[in-house]
Amino acid sequence: MSTHLRHLRGLTIATAVTLTAGLALVFFYAPLDAEQGFVQKIFYVHVPLAIVSLVGFCLGGVFGLVYLRTGKRVWDMRSYCAIHMSLIFSVGGLLAGSIWAKASWGHWWVWSEPTLVSYLIVILLYCTYQPLRFSIEDPERQARYAAVFSIVCGAFVPINFILVNLSVQYLHPRVLNLQGGNMPNSMKLAFYVSLLGFSLLFATLMKYEMASKEMRIETRRLRRMLLGEDPAGPLVRSASPS
Amino acid sequence: MRTAAAILRKDLLIERRTLETLPGMALLSVMTFVIFHFGLGQDSLSGQLAAGVLTVTLLFAAMLAVNRLFVAEREQGGFDAFLLAPVDRTAMFTAKATALFLFMVALELIAVPAFALLLAPPGLGRSLPAFLLMLVLADGAFAVIGTFVSAIAVHTRARDLIGPVIGLPLLLPALIATASGIGPLLTLRASGSPEPKWLAVLALYDLFTALLAIGLFDYLLEE
Repeated sequence: MSTHLRHLRGLTIATAVTLTAGLALVFFYAPLDAEQGFVQKIFYVHVPLAIVSLVGFCLGGVFGLVYLRTGKRVWDMRSYCAIHMSLIFSVGGLLAGSIWAKASWGHWWVWSEPTLVSYLIVILLYCTYQPLRFSIEDPERQARYAAVFSIVCGAFVPINFILVNLSVQYLHPRVLNLQGGNMPNSMKLAFYVSLLGFSLLFATLMKYEMASKEMRIETRRLRRMLLGEDPAGPLVRSASPS
Repeated sequence: MRTAAAILRKDLLIERRTLETLPGMALLSVMTFVIFHFGLGQDSLSGQLAAGVLTVTLLFAAMLAVNRLFVAEREQGGFDAFLLAPVDRTAMFTAKATALFLFMVALELIAVPAFALLLAPPGLGRSLPAFLLMLVLADGAFAVIGTFVSAIAVHTRARDLIGPVIGLPLLLPALIATASGIGPLLTLRASGSPEPKWLAVLALYDLFTALLAIGLFDYLLEE
């Protein structure tokens, strides 16, 4: 049995509970924002999605580094799934941010907003991860190049944010500065619970993806063995680790 | 160091004899200026618009060189020979990045006068030293990231596509700094001194990417 299946049920339950609790806090406990009213509630989805996806990108780089160091394929799988999940989360975060921007600033897209712009750049960069993997046939080389890419881009994420911040003036609300932001405690609680919920969701989905991928590889191998063919099989072109 | 010098000499010699890359880059950049002239419908540009046009043009010309950088190495077995030789692998990176840097400088020797002739407003002489300094720093970023991306892309199927597609977002911080830095220099009342912020950003970005690329380049050469 795949190692990724361990703790999966517990993690799933914890995710469901935390996310529900987070949403309940958001809708029934956290006060309405004085200026923006109900629209501000999207903040509890948008910001956790953004933070989790950025951390996930950096995590993909760390996994890639471990892969280059150890050469164990499982780390390549982790790196791939972390980046894959982060990409999905980040598109969600971008959409949520766009809706929020439309509601509170009146525009779907605001160029004068460094956080938004740097986020877009990071997403564009990571969109090339899958095409890169797909265009390398040899699985070992694919894993190695993908790891190098993930490390460079993982380091690029914070640099990019600093740089774009330098180039534009602030507009984005700073909720997580060193002074702890200017939110009331009830909002802070709802925010941190939903941040935790989205982090757990990320971990759960990533584990599911890894489990499903390994299961598929294993099934394919077993089927080939049953049919009396070479267990390794012919080289299949794929963007995911195989 | 001697290995790097040898590879660099070989690359420059090949370029001098075949003229495969540089004329194409120069031609592309002049063509782009012409297209911008018609696309924007203006006879002369200044300020941020001029900086953007110049930066984008140099970027696209750089992409031509990036696509070609390792092709000869791959097609004629240069990689295998290099891996068999008992030399430091970083030498390959140093040599290729230097070659790309020299290509960019050579390109700018043509593209910048062409830009001044075709699109820039007259009377910018005072800004020239700061302007050239910014360009040299930008060339550093082009060289480092271009070499790195080219080394990744050369082993992929769609290398002409993968190179620019990965390279552009990675180069974006450098492009932002270059365009923002030279924008104020290209106005008529420019003070002639560059904004220290953008100089520092570009220099730090060059340094950071160079360290990262040197650290990881070995993994791109393994067989």
